[in-house]
Amino acid sequence: MCLGIPGKVEEIFDENGLKMGNINYAGTLNKACLEYVPEIKVGQYTIVHAGFGISIIDEDEAMKSYEAWEELVEFAAKDGVDLYGNPLEEIKSLDK
Amino acid sequence: MKYLDEFRDPVIAKQILSEIKNTVTKPWVIMEVCGGQTHTIIKNGIDQILPKEIELVHGPGCPVCVTPLEIIDKAMAIASLPNVIFTSFGDMLRVPGSNKDLFQIKSEGGDIRIVYSPLESLKIARNNPDKEVVFFAVGFETTAPGNAMAIHQAQREGLSNFSELVSHVLVPPAMTALLSSPKNRVQAYLAAGHVCVIMGWQEYEPIAKKYKVQIIPTGFESIDVLEGILLAVKQLEKGKHVVENQYLRAVLRDGNRPAQDLISKIYEVVNRKWRGIGEIPQSGLKIRNEYSNYDAEIKFNVGDIITQESDKCIAGIVLQGLKKPYECPAFGKECTPMNPLGATMVSSEGACAAYYRYQRIKNDEKSLKDLRE
Ligand code: SF4
Repeated sequence: MCLGIPGKVEEIFDENGLKMGNINYAGTLNKACLEYVPEIKVGQYTIVHAGFGISIIDEDEAMKSYEAWEELVEFAAKDGVDLYGNPLEEIKSLDK
Repeated sequence: MKYLDEFRDPVIAKQILSEIKNTVTKPWVIMEVCGGQTHTIIKNGIDQILPKEIELVHGPGCPVCVTPLEIIDKAMAIASLPNVIFTSFGDMLRVPGSNKDLFQIKSEGGDIRIVYSPLESLKIARNNPDKEVVFFAVGFETTAPGNAMAIHQAQREGLSNFSELVSHVLVPPAMTALLSSPKNRVQAYLAAGHVCVIMGWQEYEPIAKKYKVQIIPTGFESIDVLEGILLAVKQLEKGKHVVENQYLRAVLRDGNRPAQDLISKIYEVVNRKWRGIGEIPQSGLKIRNEYSNYDAEIKFNVGDIITQESDKCIAGIVLQGLKKPYECPAFGKECTPMNPLGATMVSSEGACAAYYRYQRIKNDEKSLKDLRE
């Protein structure tokens, strides 16, 4: 739950009055709230934590972080869950 | 992917390691606070490649592990109510309560949904105006900003069918509590990097001074952890006790101000029980009275709950760095990740789960071990 993931801001938009962004995590796009990094711009990298950008970081550092992240994803997958402990089976059924 | 290759190159690790070896002359006990760091250490065998003078002990930084049993039981009571949609981060669903977990409640018909962000719970509340939607707001300072934002936003939108079951914990008071214990052995902390991203590291300065302890805000990658250890050892050997930031790329001294502001607008600091450890003064957050409409404990009045912890589990002692998981008689026998007796066996951030997973594969793992020679 405490793991932040670095991602690149691809798009910024407003949703229900909140600054939101589409974030690219090594190829996977996901939405995050950017209210806590108000000055962030498209193309910059942020550490995203439970759906919220919490810190702006530079690209080199973001790239380096993927290694640790991938290790954790692998670890979790062995237990049949994703990085946040969400069961992979369940996620598949949610996607349907 | 040139960066990844660069990072996997063990040369940097080797350099740091030999610098640690050249610096250390006396035995030191260092605690990594964050469960993500524990995971990295066990996975890469960092505890094994360090000079024998350095002992790493694992800290209480796993939110899944320290959420009190009463709250888990309350979550299950609320999630069982008709008309409630209970939403949570997935890793809370397998945490053992007194006699069930949230997965069992779900299989018995409870409407429990996994979300990645508290804002997804708000969306569920918007789409289900005839239902009560509850979000399980647990975690450290890292999840608090998002959970605060959900209440802030619910109020802005006038959503009255959203509430949070809150059991937030704060890291610095727990670090202080461990230091004040007569059993304390910790001489330096690797502080949790992402907690510091939010809160900064100012609040550690008085702790470092008062307890003459080293505090190093540290990231959770293997190189970060090694570098954090090096900084700690350098200072310990010199007899210095200051806060020194390893996680420069993400942590500012002041932290993230907008996040801190909203946390203190919505929540207030209270005493909080930590699972297995007990009550720690001023170590938690609760919803302020002005926002009590969003407090699920008040809304659902689930009453007094009598809890029953497994009498075999020593997770509390493990979380204080006093014992290693394999010293628990149930480790790997009655207690496994598929059938956890204690919360430290549940999450990838829990020490028992990390030991269970990597103890078995350590022998065929080259990783940093080769660097020892
Ligand atoms: S191995 Fe299981 S029973 Fe033992 S301390 Fe860890 S979680 Fe508790």
